[in-house]
Amino acid sequence: MKRARVAYAGAVHDATPHEDGLQLADGRVLAEDAVVWLPPVEPLGTILALGLNYADHAKELAKELTTSAKDEPLVFLKGPNALIGHRGQTRRPRDATFMHYECELAVVIGRTAKNVPRDAAMAYIAGYTVANDYAIRDYLENYYRPNLRVKNRDGCTALGPWLVEAADVPEPGALELSTRVNGKLVQRGNTRDLVTGIAELIEYLSSFMTLAPGDVILTGTPEGVVDVQPGDEVVCEIEGIGRLVNTIAGDETFGR
Amino acid sequence: MLVNSSRGTIYGTLLNFRGALEALGDAVHQPPLKAPPKAPILYIKPRNTHAGDGDAVALPPGVDALEFGASLALVIGRTACRVAERDALEHVAGYAIVNDVSVPHPSYYRPALRFKCRDGFCPIGPTVPRNAVEDPDALAIEVEVDGKIVQRDHTSTLIRPVAKLLADVTEFMTLAPGDLLMVGVPAGAPRLRAGQRATIRIEQLGELRNHVVHELAEGLS
Repeated sequence: MKRARVAYAGAVHDATPHEDGLQLADGRVLAEDAVVWLPPVEPLGTILALGLNYADHAKELAKELTTSAKDEPLVFLKGPNALIGHRGQTRRPRDATFMHYECELAVVIGRTAKNVPRDAAMAYIAGYTVANDYAIRDYLENYYRPNLRVKNRDGCTALGPWLVEAADVPEPGALELSTRVNGKLVQRGNTRDLVTGIAELIEYLSSFMTLAPGDVILTGTPEGVVDVQPGDEVVCEIEGIGRLVNTIAGDETFGR
Repeated sequence: MLVNSSRGTIYGTLLNFRGALEALGDAVHQPPLKAPPKAPILYIKPRNTHAGDGDAVALPPGVDALEFGASLALVIGRTACRVAERDALEHVAGYAIVNDVSVPHPSYYRPALRFKCRDGFCPIGPTVPRNAVEDPDALAIEVEVDGKIVQRDHTSTLIRPVAKLLADVTEFMTLAPGDLLMVGVPAGAPRLRAGQRATIRIEQLGELRNHVVHELAEGLS
């Protein structure tokens, strides 16, 4: 089953896919652009994100990496301010010279997980959605890198449109990912190429922190990141999970 | 006491005490750091870390001691986005003492979840309303371990004083009511072994007490 959270006509609703767009829980059928799409995870817990979790992307960034030793997953956290829903707007600051999207499979935790071995890990997943976790490389600093000024900016992590129940995703470890900018294919990958797979990530994280329902793990992005400009439409798609649309907006839109 | 019904996200600020940055010496100019921090470097203490006054903090297997990071935290009272330094404090509802616990780690280069985000690694102490504190940039901080004062510092040595920190942070991210922003941990944070007890005191705020225990074997907790 696929579920979304949308705002429509003065209230927030659960919605499901419909051939004409989407259907609210109360029966109303609406076009995709008639509603405001919210991040589909509610209540939202801790947001964890992986860096350098596709070998090809790590290679792509290799020339700017200060260290190459990779003995454990690179994980960082984000606050709720970073999230926006499907069809949202993300700001590109005027002084940025390299801002890129990152199409990622997002794993949503469904059960409290502590010291979970990888063989049992998949049972702790509620579902999956698509994330587009933007980075503005101009703001990178070598402290807790990637630092929050790069990765925790308001509205820089799009999530949605649907939360797809785990039972409907038989092979989360073999899903095609792609990103298109203004219709042009710029990024492609497959979750089979994750350096640390989904079950291993849950094992690793739950070995030192208790994961709880509503926690979200963004599993990383493959190679193919290019600069995006105000007005660009960025579409991240994951096979069977969804197609997440986002538009880049300039400082003027944000009154800056 | 300030009633804070819904706690939001807890952010920490790295290396915001002059002494803490100086303690790194020339390492800030060497790889992998290469340069001192430019903008505020933040980290998050996620919900599994949140704990309270009197709570035990568990020493993970294979670790000798835990670092207790005494920090003043700003409790956000109003949505703070792009605030100006001069009215930054109007967005603060109050102040809290936070114990930012870490497994000592050798490098600041990569995010330190395994060292800073373990269960119970963020005890939050007494909270006072904003008007109970005359000047947040003039507060003495001390930590006592097993009855002996082991660390003393003062918020007057912050690299970014409170209002400046709020302005610089909210330039790139919005803080929401209920969020906590720790202003930094002073140099020389004490390390505690299992069985040791610490009291963190911040002038005009009160005390936060925690102690270290061995992590219970799986299944016993």
